[in-house]
Amino acid sequence: MSAAGPPMSGDPIIRVVGVDAGYEGTPAIQQNINFDVARGEVFGILGGSGSGKSTLMKHMIGLLPPLAGHVWIDGADIVTADGPDLLAIRRKFGVMYQSGALFGSMTLLENTRLPLEVWTDLPDDAIDLIARMKLELVGLEGFTGHLPAELSGGMQKRAGIARAMALDPSILFLDEPSSGLDPITAASLDATIRRLSDSLGVTFVIVTHDLGSTFVAMDRVILLDLHSRAVIAEGDPRRLRDESGDPRVRAFFRREAEPAAA
Amino acid sequence: MSAAALAISDASDGERVLALSGRLDSQSVTSLWESVRRAVADAPARRVIIDASGVDYCDGAGIALFVDLIRHPREPQVEIANLKPAFQVLLKQFDPTVLEHDLDPEPPRGPAVEELGRASYILWRDIRAQITFVGETTSALAYAVRNPASVRWRDVWRICEQVGVDALPIVALISFLLGMILAFESAVPMKRFGAEIFVADLIGLSMLRELGPLMTAILLAGRSGAAFAAEIGTMRVNQEVDALTTMGLDPVRFLVTPRIIAAMLMTPLLTLFSNLVGLIGGAITMRSFSIPIVTFLKEVDSAVTMTDFLAGFVKSFVFALLVAGIGCLRGLQTGAGASAVGDSATKAVVSGIILLVVVDGLFAVVYYVLDI
Repeated sequence: MSAAGPPMSGDPIIRVVGVDAGYEGTPAIQQNINFDVARGEVFGILGGSGSGKSTLMKHMIGLLPPLAGHVWIDGADIVTADGPDLLAIRRKFGVMYQSGALFGSMTLLENTRLPLEVWTDLPDDAIDLIARMKLELVGLEGFTGHLPAELSGGMQKRAGIARAMALDPSILFLDEPSSGLDPITAASLDATIRRLSDSLGVTFVIVTHDLGSTFVAMDRVILLDLHSRAVIAEGDPRRLRDESGDPRVRAFFRREAEPAAA
Repeated sequence: MSAAALAISDASDGERVLALSGRLDSQSVTSLWESVRRAVADAPARRVIIDASGVDYCDGAGIALFVDLIRHPREPQVEIANLKPAFQVLLKQFDPTVLEHDLDPEPPRGPAVEELGRASYILWRDIRAQITFVGETTSALAYAVRNPASVRWRDVWRICEQVGVDALPIVALISFLLGMILAFESAVPMKRFGAEIFVADLIGLSMLRELGPLMTAILLAGRSGAAFAAEIGTMRVNQEVDALTTMGLDPVRFLVTPRIIAAMLMTPLLTLFSNLVGLIGGAITMRSFSIPIVTFLKEVDSAVTMTDFLAGFVKSFVFALLVAGIGCLRGLQTGAGASAVGDSATKAVVSGIILLVVVDGLFAVVYYVLDI
């Protein structure tokens, strides 16, 4: 495929084409993954532990080249891009890592201010205000002066989300955003995700195990299977739960013990 | 979508209307922010209406601009009108009163006496932790001597390799250069008195009694002391030390004992190696001053006694204990976060070297008193 991008049908902002997910020198965890994410969609990547969800996300954000295939972000191939092209693609999305990945020597406010300081010319007090608003959005307004080490894992994760949202990117990748959060904060996060998606058309790609959030917040999901190393379901999570004929899919969405591997 | 724009109009009743339009995002509001603030501050009336009907996109930065205008209770009063419902939802997420106040002010510093008391308490706590650690380590080593099977020997051999074998090149390089430099610097003035043969005495005594053990221990502090602190510190940050404790395993016995045993096995051997290489470096330099190697070695043999050799050799055991102990202690004292691991490694090296020099000084006094 050319670097100019593949033909886009409809309005997919992300297109994953023939990706083999895994690390170089080891067998692929997942093979030939294909899916599109529409603009403004809340898209979930689901699967059991070790099924390659986070690895797939690393391929999608250009941290790790896939073993095969391409990932197109808003018309540009992140797999082959480098230098300024890669930077331009990365400006379009924010990422929240599983652990929050905050800078330990900076306070929460400084962590959240950082992308705004680097990428905008806003006045200093405006940057402060925006960073505080992002922290308020995730319920951390009272902790702006704290260092990450002084907070719980769930709070660090929320601060990671605030930092990912600092520049209001058009795509947000969230790796396990609700794990480690209390149910009220998790529900509030789901509501924030829906609001941003509905009001601003922000696209979310969320790697998660949390079925509660999946049914509340997500428009569409794919389900990765460790044993068959393939996507075994794609669609509306509520319909997959209620209507899927595949016992593995039903078991996953109904939280039943796993049936024998196919 | 059109770029962001601001239009100011003053009605006849004195009410000022600021019409915002276009796309309000982090790039476009940059130019607007100050002008909107100025227009509000300069308003002649007691009321300013922000007409947002022309805003067709408004992300977090745009919402922040609106929040900034309404968060402070002020004259004139600011009201936002005609904002599209989709953006109103975003605006309503924030409570302007929460964002009204300045950020957490710096905690006030207490009076000097209070600060002094706090610093003294922290110092005392650190000393107490060190004393406790010495006690725990002694107990763990005594237990290891009584029950050799309880020691994790596989760990000991692995650490021996890191502490000993891997350190050979750097110890060789430093000791060789040290021997050469000592020889050269002392041979030049001594040659004026025809006494260059006594350079061998100087190098023999200083390497075996002092520099061999001390330089080896300083290198050990820089390499292994820091490595112990970083490794155990990382385990502490990752809660591996907590896991050991809750499994009923003593972290000192599990983590510290193998490291101290390995350091005490390897450091004396490294010291012997350092002594030998230092003498070789000196001998090679003295060749250029017409002193044959055999003559140099005979002179060393006549000048250095077994007591001198043992005086240095005994130190190496104590130095090993200090460096490994302080490295492990700093590792176990690690706080939270990545920077804490770096702090621990730095503290391990700095306090290790200080302790080495102080203890070396004590050895010098004791040897003098005992006439060794």
